[in-house]
Amino acid sequence: MNLLKLSLSYIRQRKLNTLLNVLLLALGIATIVVVLLFSKQMEDNLTRNSRGLDAVVGAKGSPLQLILSGIYHMDAPTGNIPLKEAMKMVPNRAIKKAIPLALGDSYSGYRIVGTTPLYLEHYEAELAAGELWDHTLEIVLGAQVAREAGLAIGDEITSSHGLTAGGHAHDDHQLIVKGILKQNDTVLDRLILCSVETMWAIHEEVDEAEDHEEEHEEKHAHDHDTEKEHDHDEDHQEEQASHKGHPLIMKKTGFAYTPADSAEAITSLLIQYSSPMAAATFPRFINARTNMQAASPAFETARLFNLLGVGYDAVQALGILLIITAALSVFIALYTAMKARRYDLAIMRTLGASPGKLLWHVILEGVLLAFLGTAAGLALGHLASDLLGQWLRDAQQLSISGGVFLNEEFWLIGLAIVVGIISAVIPAIQAYRTDISGTLAEK
Amino acid sequence: MFKLKNISHKYDGKTVLSLPEVDAAQGDHWLLLGNSGSGKTTLLHILAGLLNPTSGSVIIGDKDLAQLPKGELDRFRGKHIGIIFQQMHLLPTLTIRENLLMAPYMAGNPQDPARVAEVLESLDIADKASSYPQTLSFGQQQRAAIARAVMNNPTLILADEPTSALDDVSCEQVIQLLLDQATRYNATLLIATHDQRIKSHFEHQLDLDKISGEGA
Repeated sequence: MNLLKLSLSYIRQRKLNTLLNVLLLALGIATIVVVLLFSKQMEDNLTRNSRGLDAVVGAKGSPLQLILSGIYHMDAPTGNIPLKEAMKMVPNRAIKKAIPLALGDSYSGYRIVGTTPLYLEHYEAELAAGELWDHTLEIVLGAQVAREAGLAIGDEITSSHGLTAGGHAHDDHQLIVKGILKQNDTVLDRLILCSVETMWAIHEEVDEAEDHEEEHEEKHAHDHDTEKEHDHDEDHQEEQASHKGHPLIMKKTGFAYTPADSAEAITSLLIQYSSPMAAATFPRFINARTNMQAASPAFETARLFNLLGVGYDAVQALGILLIITAALSVFIALYTAMKARRYDLAIMRTLGASPGKLLWHVILEGVLLAFLGTAAGLALGHLASDLLGQWLRDAQQLSISGGVFLNEEFWLIGLAIVVGIISAVIPAIQAYRTDISGTLAEK
Repeated sequence: MFKLKNISHKYDGKTVLSLPEVDAAQGDHWLLLGNSGSGKTTLLHILAGLLNPTSGSVIIGDKDLAQLPKGELDRFRGKHIGIIFQQMHLLPTLTIRENLLMAPYMAGNPQDPARVAEVLESLDIADKASSYPQTLSFGQQQRAAIARAVMNNPTLILADEPTSALDDVSCEQVIQLLLDQATRYNATLLIATHDQRIKSHFEHQLDLDKISGEGA
């Protein structure tokens, strides 16, 4: 015999009551675990994907939307910007890197992104198979896309217009898979990548068709409105890019810009500053002097977390409420059990147990209940996170799993043990004070 | 073996027990007689160190119970005194084997499974080791309670009304069991009872009804 066995035997005896207490505590713990796992992984996701990016330049609109669509590929883009204007800004000394993105198409829910090799370089992507695109209509798949859509090198796909599955199909142009990336836990895993020119090529006919039908609801990587402003900057532009692929623009964007492309459009530019000082001046310059806007990922994600934080706090409060209820329930269970068990306790005293031993016996019972509840809660929390994560992965570009363990969870175990001790203290003192002679003489 | 010196106990200001000196030798078998309310249980609890007498002293072996610190008194009781109550009160959540092991565990003695087997064997309930108390008959439960009381080779065995609920045959059996076990361990046995049927087995008797009459 030992105290553990003894305490366990009493827990086993009250099966239903134990189930209730363990369940209550487990629900509370699970709720907090889910919040912890979500907020932590969400934050990791957001910071990992925005690493090294200081600003996103795009069409005017909600800056948060620009960040979400430009960096995380989660929301619809704010619109297009004229390529000419975007390229004019690139030589600015504040800019070290400016990665162009052309969005608007997808393949069975996976977004197709027209960009330059600099985008892959920025996320340190490596090819698992094949090679980078070399010509228009060649694509490179993120690891998850290749895996889930079951595509291999040489396969051909048809992109569809819009960012969700079921848009207008561009079936005149078959895109051919040239390469597949290694998994690198960034947004790239869920993207289909190609050159900016590929995006333009896909849309040429469509745009013409849509011009006739006057359907301009969808935003895509070609915008004819910009032509009005075209003449205005013509001379300037030609001067800057007299030969094919202005070297400075090529270096900063990875894009061989020629005046011939000046009528085209892109969706956004991901900017890395050359010095931290630029953060103070560059956005102001863009917002005031151009038709575009510059949004800061750091600022916008902080704002997003402030918004989400309220939700997290509410859910966390619910979890804490459940834990307090569980503590109260354990307390009531032990308190009433002590009344029924006072004869058992008296017998233990006659067998030589000190009052202190009975105190520990009851405390241990509370701790065991807490421990069982915590173990069940952690398991439940991770399971729920994983299921929610899978569901979210399909709906959003967020990878959240239940397979991640956080240091905070050790704190949670500690907290639960403390809750167990607290709820057992008063019953334990009752046990400690058992009047053996009086109890035994009762019958 | 045990010595009671001028024990008296008051409860709510009323004297419920008052005894002159009582002296018992190791291995003696004593009967403590008295009607209900005569203070039998009180005296039993005082002897077991479960209750402090209002005055007087209890000496068991060479220890004065009043002189022992609290924790040590619990341990001393566990190691040297086996107690059998009218209600057996085996712990319902434990098997008979675990109930028996509680005795050495709580007393701080080594837990020897062979000892459990031996004690159960001597009381003829070896086959019940893995059963829970509530599945045993009344008689078997009583044997199990006796088994628990003798687990630690006690030098003093106290029994409170062990026969009052029994018919004549069972009464005789239980008394024989208690005497057997006491003799086996050379323990001093004291049975508190108002059961007149068992008087003939005991040469040493303490009748509280008579003593309090004399004392008063």
